[in-house]
Amino acid sequence: MTSDLIVFLVLSLVAVAAALGMVLSRNAVYSALFLVLNFVTVAIFYLILGAPFIAMSQITVYAGAIMVLFLFVIMLLGAESLAPSEVLPWQKWLARGLAFALIAELIYLFWNTRPEIITTPGLVVNSMDSLRAMAMSLFNDFLLPFEVTSILLLVAMVGAIVLSKREKAGQK
Amino acid sequence: MDGTIWLELVIKGFVLCFILLTGFAYLTLYERRALARMQVRVGPNRAGYQGLLQPIADAVKLIFKEELTPAKVYKVVFVLAPILTVVPSLVLAAVIPLGTSFVLFGRTITLYVANLNVGVLYLTSIASIAVYGITLAGWSSNNKYAMLGGIRASAQMISYELSLGLCFAIAIVMGNSMNLVDIVNMQKDMWFAVTQPVGALIFLIVTLAEVNRAPFDMPEAEQELTAGFHSEYSGMKFALFFMAEYQKMIVISMIAATLFFGGYREFWFLKDTFFSVDQNWFLGPIYLLLKVIVLLFFMIWIRATWPRIRYDRLMAFGWKVLLPLSLVTVFITAAGILLAQELNNQLFIYSIPVLSIICAMVAVGLIYRGLRRKSDGRI
Repeated sequence: MTSDLIVFLVLSLVAVAAALGMVLSRNAVYSALFLVLNFVTVAIFYLILGAPFIAMSQITVYAGAIMVLFLFVIMLLGAESLAPSEVLPWQKWLARGLAFALIAELIYLFWNTRPEIITTPGLVVNSMDSLRAMAMSLFNDFLLPFEVTSILLLVAMVGAIVLSKREKAGQK
Repeated sequence: MDGTIWLELVIKGFVLCFILLTGFAYLTLYERRALARMQVRVGPNRAGYQGLLQPIADAVKLIFKEELTPAKVYKVVFVLAPILTVVPSLVLAAVIPLGTSFVLFGRTITLYVANLNVGVLYLTSIASIAVYGITLAGWSSNNKYAMLGGIRASAQMISYELSLGLCFAIAIVMGNSMNLVDIVNMQKDMWFAVTQPVGALIFLIVTLAEVNRAPFDMPEAEQELTAGFHSEYSGMKFALFFMAEYQKMIVISMIAATLFFGGYREFWFLKDTFFSVDQNWFLGPIYLLLKVIVLLFFMIWIRATWPRIRYDRLMAFGWKVLLPLSLVTVFITAAGILLAQELNNQLFIYSIPVLSIICAMVAVGLIYRGLRRKSDGRI
């Protein structure tokens, strides 16, 4: 248990530092790399909690596919270094207010939750069964949301293609 | 967990790294000699008997070469990029079973480093991480050619990763597990490459693109991009990229052998004889090694014979040919296995190779027609 705790502490330090680095660094590529580091640490948290499937998909989908696309776009546009853009005056204050609200909510949640509620989920973890159970519930109980999500993604994809096509036609 | 388990894991890790590093060194020699034979040359045969010491001479040369860091590079990322390229190629091998197990000093020692339940997913996740090294190398060099090489590499790897994932799905469906050891054991009666030849073929094509080998080596096309993403690298940093490419070749051949060609298992018709790995554990690594050598030979052969594919055609091939074809093969495989299970009729299993070969022939026919028509750069 203590080794888990040590790993957790070190990893959470890394995760928080990576998140801060992502927000604070002025170079967009460094921000993206910090975000990748953050995703990887979160994936290791999932592993510690006994959810290897979610951990691996987190790395594949977020750290792998999505962040590579981000980097790709940043590099293609040459938007690495942020120009000091003009800041909306009310935006800063709104952001501060919302951040405080979030922190207050979190504190309230932690104070009012009994510790026994926050435990690892009582599913069949750490075996192929968990994977099978997940697939079963995904494709039986949650089939409709799953299909709706996939159609939504398809629509988004078609929309992106249509938008880029029209621009090209306009140029000609 | 007692201390000996840790010791066992550490020793296994070191041995695996040693195997991969030696494999890399001798793969370079193997490739040069094989290419030379195909081009009616002799190849390096001076250092040691038949050139066997050539890799060591190369290594010494690369270590003592002067290492340049250009003035305007992004230094941290520039140093990080080769490391990020090499590490995934080493880490990938951890879940690949090299054989069954043997007993040493009363302990059963299994011939794999990790036996993950989500082994195949582990492979996809590490493979998706592997893109970073090359992309970042291209960007951090602050050089237009390197940048173009890096962008090409990442676009190509993302595009082909989809078909790669679908090929993994074929193996998962046929093996009824994500565990690589289970997948290998399912191939005791028949290799998956026989039941699903199209899946295996797509896997082999896609892996060529994933490791940026000819004919998909656009990221380092000399004629247009000098040396692509590693133009600015020299000395040991360049050696790391070189190493990563060859290690990826080895590892990906190991994965292909594991998923489709029976892994460490013997030919299916030898399963109850003396040559079975169930009776002699030491045959496992030997079989895997032989399979890897054959697969590597195919990679070298392709490099020697095929010209590079033009970039837009490469992307079109990935998206318009391989992706639909692999989707169809996944569907055929899953449907065949499900029908065979539900109706309890083995005939449906035999429909898998037939149907998928028909689909592949249709795809080849469409490509042929597309190329015969006056091509506007698309397949």
